[in-house]
Amino acid sequence: MSESSTVFPDLPHWEGDGTHRIPFLAYTSEDIYKRELERLFYKGHWCYVGLEAEVPNPGDFIRTAIGERSVIMARDTSGDIHVVENVCAHRGMRFCRERHGNRKEFVCPYHQWTYTLGGDLQGLPFRRGLKQDGKVLGGMPPDFNTAEHGLTKLKVARRGGVVFASFDAQVEAFESYLGPTILHYFDRMFSGRKLRVLGYNRQRIPGNWKLMQENIKDPYHPGLLHTWFVTFGLWRADNKSQLKMDEHRRHAAMISTRGNQGRSAEQVTQVSSFKESMQLHDPSFLDVVPEPWWNGPTVVMTTIFPSVILQQQINSISTRQIQPRGHGAFDFVWTHFGFEDDDEAMTQRRLRQANLFGPAGFVSADDGEVIEFSQQSFESKPFHRSLAEMGGKGTEDTEHMVSETLIRGMYRYWRSVMEDRK
Amino acid sequence: MSAVISADDWVELNRLYAAYASAVDGGDWDAWPEFFTDEGIYRLQPRENFERGLPLATLSFKGKGMLKDRVYGIKETLFHDPYYQRHVTGAPLVHSADAGKIESEANYAVFRTKLSEPTMVFNVGRYIDIVARTPAGLRFASRSCIYDSELIPNSIIYPI
Repeated sequence: MSESSTVFPDLPHWEGDGTHRIPFLAYTSEDIYKRELERLFYKGHWCYVGLEAEVPNPGDFIRTAIGERSVIMARDTSGDIHVVENVCAHRGMRFCRERHGNRKEFVCPYHQWTYTLGGDLQGLPFRRGLKQDGKVLGGMPPDFNTAEHGLTKLKVARRGGVVFASFDAQVEAFESYLGPTILHYFDRMFSGRKLRVLGYNRQRIPGNWKLMQENIKDPYHPGLLHTWFVTFGLWRADNKSQLKMDEHRRHAAMISTRGNQGRSAEQVTQVSSFKESMQLHDPSFLDVVPEPWWNGPTVVMTTIFPSVILQQQINSISTRQIQPRGHGAFDFVWTHFGFEDDDEAMTQRRLRQANLFGPAGFVSADDGEVIEFSQQSFESKPFHRSLAEMGGKGTEDTEHMVSETLIRGMYRYWRSVMEDRK
Repeated sequence: MSAVISADDWVELNRLYAAYASAVDGGDWDAWPEFFTDEGIYRLQPRENFERGLPLATLSFKGKGMLKDRVYGIKETLFHDPYYQRHVTGAPLVHSADAGKIESEANYAVFRTKLSEPTMVFNVGRYIDIVARTPAGLRFASRSCIYDSELIPNSIIYPI
């Protein structure tokens, strides 16, 4: 390739026709990052907020984030779920400091402006001034209307016990946002069966947020980077697999079924991370019990653009939320859960298999590491580009996993939104 | 709440804590499972899960077999940036002691130093321990590392 003339270009250059060569600048430019927040996180898209099981009772709330904006999800006395922005209408204070709790109302401590759980301004001290010596001192102007000064209320979508929200009142319906293909895999995991939250893991990964979407749209790496997956057949190039996308190619599902190919299968002999002699001292890490709702696949990893990944890896299930923190970092929040009607053995199994995942997991800790080291190169060499040409240059669904089609598909969509001159 | 223990127990308990820190800071991974009883429990859990009664741990192992599998993972399967770690463990607070075991806790701070990088505070929390008296000396029947540093700086590879 011919390198462009400057080390620090202003605009990303897409080589060739399509999205199979991704400019490093897409991960390092502050301008691009701000446009992503605006066009992907704050407009036209649904973002993950949490699980209904996190706010089971009236008054329960959790504080989380969409993009870089702090939001609160709360359940009111009628059972409705609201998502409001954590910015007081008065002086803009990020008033909610607890990460979870139970409240009858929200009060900003600065001047005690008080809001309902749905974000309506209920009242404020000295609105009508202070009566003293027969005079009224101060107070808000007569035309001050509390109805115009509530918290920013987000549009909310609930499905199968999961809550998404959008700052954009015009956003399309959640179901059409996912599209029928991805909705199928969403409903497979969230059929309405009551969820039980098992706990959280949080990590800050020093890499651009898109790298995590790409990581879970890349079925090429798990059988290579993650020795555990290969050796125990959980994720292997020769497993029966499918890569599926919605019509916009923004969301995807990687679907795979654990095979019985055996350890010396020909397909893995070219894989240096395959460890023939590896034996677990304690095989209960992999005490897999198939569940009826799987309908076959042992792994379905669903990327919902831009904010969340839905994990079913054998019996371990979680949501993994992406909260960007500048162009070069994001917080990754794992919410592990099970079902309310799981027996104790299944709960213990899910918890045991959780050792494979998360910031210290046998197979997930190294994903954060490789993302960090990619970002290091992007920062130092922003005129360059990465390659995503495994399986060709197109963006079609495939019936195997030796392909980077999902990454190309995501960038096809990304370019259509980011380069739109509106 | 604290309990009075004999001077000998106090010395042995401190020796155990110091030897544990020395092993995990020195990269002597094979020595790590040997600080536990055969059925010993090791948990690394964020404080929020611990205090809310949520069972998920970042790592949760029961028995030396699982600990040995983690050692194998550190040495052979987990790709990671190499780093040094350094534990500073506070004085143990003993909650109870009897003929079979000592229940104690201690604050800890772990610093991480990556090659050619400045040292940073990596993981801060407290150990909550059940220490068994065995013929071979004191061993952890259970060691829970309950960490305040809930936002993990990318990843945790080595034992805390």
